[in-house]
Amino acid sequence: MANTDRQVNELIKREYEHGFVTEIEAETFEPGLNEDVIRRLSAIKNEPEFMLEWRLKAYRRWLEMDEPNWAHVNFPKVDYNAISYYSAPKKREDMPQSLDEVDPELLKTYEKLGIPLHERAKLAGVAVDAVFDSVSVATTFKEPLEKAGVIFCPISEAVQKYPELVQKYLGSVVPAGDNYFAALNSAVFSDGSFVYIPKGVRCPMELSTYFRINAANTGQFERTLIIADDDSYVSYLEGCTAPMRDENQLHAAVVELVVLDNAQIKYSTVQNWYPGDENGKGGIYNFVTKRAACIGKNSKVSWTQVETGSAITWKYPSCVLRGDNSVGEFYSVALTHNYQQADTGTKMIHLGKNTSSTIISKGISAGRSSNAYRGLVKFGPGAEAARNFTQCDSLLIGDRCAAHTFPYIESQNKTAIVEHEATTSKVSDEQMFLCRQRGIDPEQAVSMIVNGFCKEVFKELPMEFAVEAGKLLEVSLEGSVG
Amino acid sequence: MLSIKNLHASVEGKEILKGINLEIKPGEVHAIMGPNGSGKSTLSQVLAGNDAYEVTSGEILFNGEDLLALETEERAREGIFLAFQYPVEIPGVSNLQFLRTAVNAMRKHQGQEEMNAAEFMKLARQVSKQVDLNPDFLKRGVNEGFSGGEKKRNEVMQALLLQPKLAILDETDSGLDIDALKVASDGVNALRSDDRAILMVTHYQRLLNYIVPDQVHVLAGGRIIKSGGRELALELEEKGYGWLGVKDEDEAQVAG
Repeated sequence: MANTDRQVNELIKREYEHGFVTEIEAETFEPGLNEDVIRRLSAIKNEPEFMLEWRLKAYRRWLEMDEPNWAHVNFPKVDYNAISYYSAPKKREDMPQSLDEVDPELLKTYEKLGIPLHERAKLAGVAVDAVFDSVSVATTFKEPLEKAGVIFCPISEAVQKYPELVQKYLGSVVPAGDNYFAALNSAVFSDGSFVYIPKGVRCPMELSTYFRINAANTGQFERTLIIADDDSYVSYLEGCTAPMRDENQLHAAVVELVVLDNAQIKYSTVQNWYPGDENGKGGIYNFVTKRAACIGKNSKVSWTQVETGSAITWKYPSCVLRGDNSVGEFYSVALTHNYQQADTGTKMIHLGKNTSSTIISKGISAGRSSNAYRGLVKFGPGAEAARNFTQCDSLLIGDRCAAHTFPYIESQNKTAIVEHEATTSKVSDEQMFLCRQRGIDPEQAVSMIVNGFCKEVFKELPMEFAVEAGKLLEVSLEGSVG
Repeated sequence: MLSIKNLHASVEGKEILKGINLEIKPGEVHAIMGPNGSGKSTLSQVLAGNDAYEVTSGEILFNGEDLLALETEERAREGIFLAFQYPVEIPGVSNLQFLRTAVNAMRKHQGQEEMNAAEFMKLARQVSKQVDLNPDFLKRGVNEGFSGGEKKRNEVMQALLLQPKLAILDETDSGLDIDALKVASDGVNALRSDDRAILMVTHYQRLLNYIVPDQVHVLAGGRIIKSGGRELALELEEKGYGWLGVKDEDEAQVAG
């Protein structure tokens, strides 16, 4: 009898699970956010109890918080109850069936960026044979990574397979209550990447979200957690130069980097989300919290970012330099055009002895856009002999755009040294005339001048990325002259 | 090749050129001389198509084509080259990249294949030696940290690379010591050919000792007031501009 009961129970459970799966395929949540939505989300993802509790706690914090308004950006108020917090992957029959059905403008851009033909379809959301695609990618990448002991998987998978690592480090760098958007992300994050590099391992290849199988569907609340254990190294590439078509307007991602003794993380981003049309209609709001904790001594983090997309960018990749002799670097190119707005920069928090940081920020404004650098360099009382060097350069194209610089420096230690340099320049008529007199197209001339301006940052990017970034600037600057 | 008829041009509403007439045939070298403020540089900028200058009347034909209807870059591709008096810097853009982009824009226009980096490097090193520039300068930013002499030689080098039909040299001699002047002049002389014309704009006669012109024109008050052969320049050196009824604040310099 007992045996039968167990069988029945198992059967019920199986049925339930089965029903669950079909539900996932079909379901998109009704717009709106409440605790029930979070419970359902967590259940669909089959998350352990601690994860649900964590989400709920974050949600309750978020309810008590106010949307920040200090950034130098303007946008209509976001209605958080008009957003759906879970949507199942698109069904195959709803996708374009071939490249013929894709917006020709988008295809033209891919061509200019030199994206290989077989990748264009995938990027444009065409129903390519995902199984074939992912199998090939998975086998080429998985084997050497597994051999090295590197964990690289969707964070939803990590929650299941490595709950102890997730529980230990998730929110350790960006606590759920850190800021409004981080709290929202913590409550409802959809998916993202998880990376763990074991002690003494140099990751055998550059890890890229681009190659991650489910990268296309991580949704609007992406969560990334990277842990570099003692004496390890990893270079991580986020994003892709191809313009991402995305119907979600609000993006609030969180990226946490944990760097232990003598470890190093190099994190490079190329962000090219839909910036809205030339009249400023549409476009993504990109409100991101990115932070690295250099916990270990001699640890090092480099953030390199090239931002050309999004209608609004609100993003400050930061470093908390806790370990003695730890190093933080921030290299940034932010380009705004038409009606785009960017308020971006970094925070370098020096807590340990002999910590040092470098900030190189290049802002380029064209059209009627507005581009602000906002940075904080802070030295705690224990930051003996800490150093910072900051260089902020702004380049203006035309006379209807704006560039702003908001540098903040706070020091509680007399031995700290800080240097700050800032310049604002214009693509001058003389430079344009020189280029054109040599037969160079005006658009090519602007792109060449802008690339020269960004050189110090581009040389920090992995080689292939740097070439793509150059091309991306060219495409993003189209129509900025004449 | 070049035919300028009754050209009037102004900058910021002020008329500078007041009816220029000039004919230049292939193979010829012309020198335009004149005191400061006479409109010499304006003429070269207008020929190259600088938007800051407005052509109010007159016409310019270049190989029979209406030059004023063409954009700056189109004129360049048709073979008009201007060596700048004050070449501007473009930070972060290497000379090599800049020059290759220019050469390839030209080649593309002429239906030739573009040059790859290695091919171009070879050519550029060769030409840079011709104007006595250390090939290392190719890696530096365009005109970035160049001395006055290096900038001018860089301009001449560009003319040699781009092989224009009409090379306009705007005060290429200014700021050069005698050795640098000789090197630059050798470069310009290497450009001379039966199917190419050269228009030199200069304040000083001494350049013409190295690049001997076929014709010399005196520009004053926005008009060409006298034309002649090589001997006209020597006469100017001797007498200054005063005997032509032209005031020049820098007359002492002209004579010197």
